[in-house]
Amino acid sequence: MRLKHVFDGLILIALALAPYYLSAFNLSLLGRFLALAILSLGLVLVWGWGGILSLGQGIFFGLGAYVLAMHMTMVSLGPGELPDFMMWSGLDHVPAWWSVFHSPVLTLACVVLLPMAAAAILGWLMFHRRVGGVYFALITQALALAFSTLLISEQAYTGGFNGLTNFTTILGYSVDGPDFGRGLYWVTLGFLALSFILCQWLRRTNFGKVLVAIRDGENRVRFLGYNAMAYKTVAFAAGGAMAGIAGALYMLHLGDISPAMVGVIPSIEMVVAVAVGGRESLTGVILGTLLVNFGKDWISNAMPQLWLFVMGALFVLVVTGMRGGLASLPQIFFRLLHWRHKRVAGAHAASAIEAGNPAPTVEEEAGAQKAV
Amino acid sequence: MWHLPIIAGQVFNGFSVASILLLTALGLALSFGQMNVINMAHGEMLMSGGYLSYLACKFVHGPAAFPCALLTAFAGATILGALLEVSVIRWLYGRPLDTLLATWGISLIMQQGARSIFGAIGVEVVAPHWMDESINITHGWFAGLSLPFIRIFIILLAVAVLAGLALFIARTRWGQWLRAVHQDRDMAGALGINTKRVDLIVFALGSGVAGLAGAALALISPVTPTVGQSYIVYAFLVVIVGGLGSLLGTTLAACLVGLFSAGAQMFTSVSFSDVLLLVMVVVLIQFRPRGLVATRSRALKEA
Repeated sequence: MRLKHVFDGLILIALALAPYYLSAFNLSLLGRFLALAILSLGLVLVWGWGGILSLGQGIFFGLGAYVLAMHMTMVSLGPGELPDFMMWSGLDHVPAWWSVFHSPVLTLACVVLLPMAAAAILGWLMFHRRVGGVYFALITQALALAFSTLLISEQAYTGGFNGLTNFTTILGYSVDGPDFGRGLYWVTLGFLALSFILCQWLRRTNFGKVLVAIRDGENRVRFLGYNAMAYKTVAFAAGGAMAGIAGALYMLHLGDISPAMVGVIPSIEMVVAVAVGGRESLTGVILGTLLVNFGKDWISNAMPQLWLFVMGALFVLVVTGMRGGLASLPQIFFRLLHWRHKRVAGAHAASAIEAGNPAPTVEEEAGAQKAV
Repeated sequence: MWHLPIIAGQVFNGFSVASILLLTALGLALSFGQMNVINMAHGEMLMSGGYLSYLACKFVHGPAAFPCALLTAFAGATILGALLEVSVIRWLYGRPLDTLLATWGISLIMQQGARSIFGAIGVEVVAPHWMDESINITHGWFAGLSLPFIRIFIILLAVAVLAGLALFIARTRWGQWLRAVHQDRDMAGALGINTKRVDLIVFALGSGVAGLAGAALALISPVTPTVGQSYIVYAFLVVIVGGLGSLLGTTLAACLVGLFSAGAQMFTSVSFSDVLLLVMVVVLIQFRPRGLVATRSRALKEA
């Protein structure tokens, strides 16, 4: 266990020093993917530990991003001015539910609270009727589709297909220049570290234990007198809040937000990254998110047609062959080592069996692993 | 707006959308109910059905072209489905969420494959000439209503496929095995039914029906690599609303979803009617969490 902490610490140090050895472009890329990693940590909580597969994290991601983008659009306007897409759509004043986001305090609160509330309401509606598993996944996916089509069609209020862009300042800081990029990177890393610690703490509390128990046997937990619905709703709401923060930070790194980043496909890509990293491991999903997104960036630049093939194949392989994802690599490695060790020791095994205390064979162990 | 012919026309459109949805959702509902497998690549079966009928129409000309296209689409999608079952699905039984993710990966590969082969721009299948006609009603209450033969054909195709499947399940030996496995997999296996083979048949058949849907869809709109994706989400809604593995439920739900969106589009935009549709589904689930037609069981199932 201690080895793992050292490993996590080394990763954190390497990431914290990134502004000193990465180019501004790569730093912005890394910052963006670290923002996505916050969402991935939320998915670990929701999916890895809670067993709730959400294919609609893009909704909460988008809510956080759009709220902050609305604030920054409001700030960039002079008195009496309108965002250009509103003018094109024939609006003559900014609607009230837009102009309230002029307030930075309200905005920052809403970045967290709005996605959280949306997730809590959705979760409650579904879980209290015990809609779970596949049903839940499919409904959240349909919601992600509806969310992005709604954003595209309500052009007068959302900027339509192009989304929101052309920001100038955030909380008084100009968004241009390398200082902003560097500062934003550290802020993102800070949020990521905070989420990491929070999740790790949550896993050890009774809440985390019950959550994992619900994943493994919801009915048993219910019969023991726990309100499984409440646990799942809280976990889902927390995941939603993390997705909202991730969305806001991602939007800041990128400088714009559009419906293409919140729809069905990005929502599934977020799940891919988590599956590749190892759905139960916090460190694993951070690395998985970075790997998948850098891979996507690299492959789709080099050979655009290839990316979907690679991602599809990666997904099939990870899901069928390596359920633990990247995080299970050390385990697999140690098991192989162990297995070799066993084969060497195999000659001595016969006498052990005669002694009446046979060691479990590799097959048995593998079987037990599968059953888990 | 409140003229009877317009409303009737919209109802008719609703039924024709429902037919496509039904053909798509039948395979999903069968494999979901039977094997607890969520096939996200099902939309790509529809897509390949469309492309196969396009290919068939390219090689065969004359009056035989269209029936030939339907047959090719059905056979091709069935074979694809069987391949998919043997290569991936079979290894993932009992892990529905993982089948969802793995088949999504496959759907990506198939989409990109189609894009590499046929290009990103849609291909057209020219409908036979007799389908260009439409029934025009000029007298009575429905004066002005026009019913294109293409859409009538699609509705009839859906009804025929539904009837065929119902007969297959109710009357044939394979259907009997299928019902047995559906009710109690272990017991059916103990009685000597090869449950793996039944699963394979169900999955392949469902894919084949989706292929037919693709061929039908190709008549009214161009086939693109992403055509499957635009239908799959609605098809899943149909399955959710209908209830697991029930033909009746799936049919009812397809009609409900088709008519609801056709009706809502009379009042609002297409995208807003999508949102309304989802609200309706979420509300409906509050009352019937297991779908319209749920299999009654006292067993406590983990969802």
